[in-house]
Amino acid sequence: MNRMSPDKRRIGLVSDIRRNRFSYLILLPAAAYVIIFSYLSYPYIAIAFQRFDYRKSNIFQILFSGNWVGFKNFEFFFASQNASLVTYNTVYLNFLFILTGTVLAVLLALLLNELRSKWFTKISQSIMLFPNYISWIVVSYILLSLFSNEYGIVNRLMLSLGQAPKNWYTDASVWPGILVIVRLWKGAGMSAIIYLAAIAGIDSTMREAAEIDGANRFQITTRITLPLITPTIVIMTLLAIGRIMFGDFGMIYALIGDNGTLYRTTDIIDTYVFRALRQVGDPSQAMAISLFQSVIGFIMVFGSNALVRKLYPDGALY
Amino acid sequence: MQQETVVKIKPHKKYSLANFLIALFIGAFALMCLLPMVLTVIVSFTDEGAIMRNGYSFFPEKWSAYAYKLMFQGGSSVMRGYGISLLITFVGTLIAILITSLAAYTLANKRVEHCGKIGLFFFVPMVFNAGMVPWYLICTRLGLRNNLWALLIPNLLFNPFNLFLVRNYMSGLPDSLRESATIDGANDAVIATRIYIPLSLPVIATIGLFYGLGYWNDWWNAIMLVDNKKLFPIQYLLLQLRSQISMLRDLQYMAGAGYVTPPSESIKMATAVITIGPIVLLYPFLQRYYIKGMVVGAVKE
Repeated sequence: MNRMSPDKRRIGLVSDIRRNRFSYLILLPAAAYVIIFSYLSYPYIAIAFQRFDYRKSNIFQILFSGNWVGFKNFEFFFASQNASLVTYNTVYLNFLFILTGTVLAVLLALLLNELRSKWFTKISQSIMLFPNYISWIVVSYILLSLFSNEYGIVNRLMLSLGQAPKNWYTDASVWPGILVIVRLWKGAGMSAIIYLAAIAGIDSTMREAAEIDGANRFQITTRITLPLITPTIVIMTLLAIGRIMFGDFGMIYALIGDNGTLYRTTDIIDTYVFRALRQVGDPSQAMAISLFQSVIGFIMVFGSNALVRKLYPDGALY
Repeated sequence: MQQETVVKIKPHKKYSLANFLIALFIGAFALMCLLPMVLTVIVSFTDEGAIMRNGYSFFPEKWSAYAYKLMFQGGSSVMRGYGISLLITFVGTLIAILITSLAAYTLANKRVEHCGKIGLFFFVPMVFNAGMVPWYLICTRLGLRNNLWALLIPNLLFNPFNLFLVRNYMSGLPDSLRESATIDGANDAVIATRIYIPLSLPVIATIGLFYGLGYWNDWWNAIMLVDNKKLFPIQYLLLQLRSQISMLRDLQYMAGAGYVTPPSESIKMATAVITIGPIVLLYPFLQRYYIKGMVVGAVKE
């Protein structure tokens, strides 16, 4: 019998380890990392239902001698106006990001696909991908050069047009728009490349056949290319919707920081939890909000994934 | 003589109105991506007085490299932060690559009976995350606080997503490689280090760039776990610099006071510019390997 294909009889973990000592040995660092930072973190969820005491912070003390308070931490959060505000902001901003990001990325991908000049395609791709790599902090500086009160180029432009300069960093109402633009600026290029890869995967005989039948470029794009990448668009969008409860802490904190005047439109669950933990110093409260986010987020992720699997069996994440 | 019987398709004209409009749109977007960064670079080379008079401008009245001169002086906090970031990025990326590719070999090893379950073991944390609170408590308990380990170990040292990326690549290598090596008397250690890992170098380059960029751009570990100014990586230093300045600025703006901005405008922008340095340096590799990984990771084949 071919020894390379093990028979279907299951063998125990111990004898499996004995047989593949080396393989299990090199697995250890990664396994230890995941156990420590992920699996051991799950018992800590209990502190959402406790009043946390820093003197009793190991897992056993938390589970067996914690100060249980039931749903008090949740009640406290939901009784405040912050709960609905940060939840709304998180979902609303993500919704705007998904909608605008998908439309622009697909448009860019379709147009990039139609470009005839090789060098122009290459250069413009290289440029539009660059913002993707820089950190949100650097982005915040770039934003400052545009919107800074005194020196920002936008205010200078408004001055030269005879309009009164605007104090952008104290006007909450303009920030959803600014955030959307910054998001597009940083991310649309990379998303477009992903859709472009989907376009490249289309069987070229389809387009050739349409060309022979006399279809023009616009018809080919809208009747053949677009429908054929629709599964990719739907899958990517659904998976993004699954993560709609999770805000981008890095983005919001780097661009808004501790600027309280902008919280009304920009404060999201993640920044709120961060402040509850690091500035207010109340881990139990922070954990309760975070758990609320994780549970709803988990349901959304699974729901969207189930939907993807139903629509496109090959596209599901798991 | 051979007779060509190909249906002649009218070739697209290279120069047409449609092509021009498409190129215009793409070009405009690319320009929008580029210009704000160009502005930042120009401001960093602008004379401080010119900024005070005219604000930030694409066409400065007076150029100056004074900001860079100040920054590259020995002992400046910017240089220190830069050094810390470089060190953390280099060491962290190396260890991360090692941990990930070794574990990936096991997951791709069909002789390991339980590799399916092991895969699930690594998959669960990707789906359910307990959030930042347990993470913070665990890190502080492990003593990952106010030291270089706190910048190196949490969050960035291992990522299951990258593990699966390498696993999938290794699973795609032909089984006959392992078979013939085994017949020649090679054990697992030899097969992993001499065959599988060398053959997986393209995907290892990809995850290396993922990890490297993650380390270089990280400030999360610093904001959560480090208070000691001497240990601030460059990104976090940049954040601190900005919030100090903007606070001062807002106060002045409200009080209508004169111009007293201690760390000057050009230095601020110059610090942001040098932070992009390594990314520019590695750009050809990013274009090649990073994008490949993004595409493979986003659209499952």
